[in-house]
Amino acid sequence: MSEKTQMIATPGQTVGPFYGYALPFEKGGELVPPGSPESVQLHGTVYDGHGNPIPDALVEIWQADAQGNIPNETGSLIRDGYTFTGWGRTPVGNTGRYVFTTVNPGPTEPGKAPFIAVVVFARGLLNRLFTRVYLPEDTEALENDALLSSLDPARRKTLIAERLADGSLHWDVRLQGEDETVFLDFQG
Amino acid sequence: MGEPVKSSDAAADNQAIVSQEIRDIEEGYEAARAAGQPAETQPRIDYPPYRSSILRHPTKNLHHTDPETIELYSPAFGHQDVHALESNLTIQHGGEPLGERMVLRGKVLDGDGRPVAGQLVEIWQANSAGRYIHKRDQHPAPIDPNFTGVGRCITGPDGSYEFLTIKPGAYPWKNHLNAWRPAHIHFSLFGTEFTQRIVTQMYFPGDQLFPLDPIYQSIVDQDARDRLVARYNHDFTAPEWALGYEWDIVLTGAKRTWTENEAYGEQGDNE
Repeated sequence: MSEKTQMIATPGQTVGPFYGYALPFEKGGELVPPGSPESVQLHGTVYDGHGNPIPDALVEIWQADAQGNIPNETGSLIRDGYTFTGWGRTPVGNTGRYVFTTVNPGPTEPGKAPFIAVVVFARGLLNRLFTRVYLPEDTEALENDALLSSLDPARRKTLIAERLADGSLHWDVRLQGEDETVFLDFQG
Repeated sequence: MGEPVKSSDAAADNQAIVSQEIRDIEEGYEAARAAGQPAETQPRIDYPPYRSSILRHPTKNLHHTDPETIELYSPAFGHQDVHALESNLTIQHGGEPLGERMVLRGKVLDGDGRPVAGQLVEIWQANSAGRYIHKRDQHPAPIDPNFTGVGRCITGPDGSYEFLTIKPGAYPWKNHLNAWRPAHIHFSLFGTEFTQRIVTQMYFPGDQLFPLDPIYQSIVDQDARDRLVARYNHDFTAPEWALGYEWDIVLTGAKRTWTENEAYGEQGDNE
């Protein structure tokens, strides 16, 4: 038997319509307390292929801290208000809108474009989708980013958040259509 | 785009129409397999028999990229996050829930067969009558005041998890006229890396609704579907108490280069 026997992964299935009483938890979207120093909002809307907001989607994010360190702290589900765990989960509201309160992730290595890893779940979506949202500021790092530079410019912009005047990061998710968000496959 | 999109809540078509669509897709897959295409292992995200998928799946190919930095690690969960009693769904209220009590045990493994230790497993499900505690569920089956249907646990050092719960009932939905979901338990899982995150559904052996259900059938390969079906295990059955089921979950392969300790700690596993 070969030493590197790969087992076949269990298939995914849709999160369905009824996760709402099971997966969301108190302060799930608050990686840091709202209003705390350095806190920023990451917000946007999840849309379907007709451009209508999806009211039953769930978004998770996972990110480095402001210094670019990868967290290894438990306590996401019962937040103590001080520990930065780097992970958050929030359901969208009736208008398809999600909001996280977090910090701008720092570059994990000098010169690397900081991004937040994202997973999207929804009723009607048969398997979860992975994507990334990049901070818009370091244009040189964005130019040099391996993923972004492999995309044509029209699609690249779906992965870069817009910094609004209030300092927040605005980023929409489009599951289908003209401006469909780039979703990622890490296998193969 | 031609025809208007069918709403998932319209119950517009009957089972015969949906079943024919399911069969047509299955025949196409079998023909592709016969022509040498590889077996599919995941659900199709473009699967029109599941009506609400029509406008909610990407039409462009997923873009292959190598996971980087944060994606090579996973959020950490522990006993700070989850109380030991949260794995028992039968003690969350004042009395005993109604239905068939069941023990569900299994392991979470990565694609190399290594146990995923100390990670979060979340489940949610309908009660024994097929009713969810959710305002969207208007199925006129009784709510059980002693059953919510939500559980969590942290996997053991060998990747094991265990829940004590009630066997969920099948329930109707509005994908098409007379649509019923086979009994299932929803699972949410994390691996050692972000790329292994998965949400899925576990089914029960021998369910007569399998051929009729577009969500189960969105996995077009029978071997792959079988990976979502628990086994009845009489060794797990507790005398005069609860029936035993077993279901192992395999996540995708880990991409990070493991330290020697991590990589060889489980040598001897004969998978």
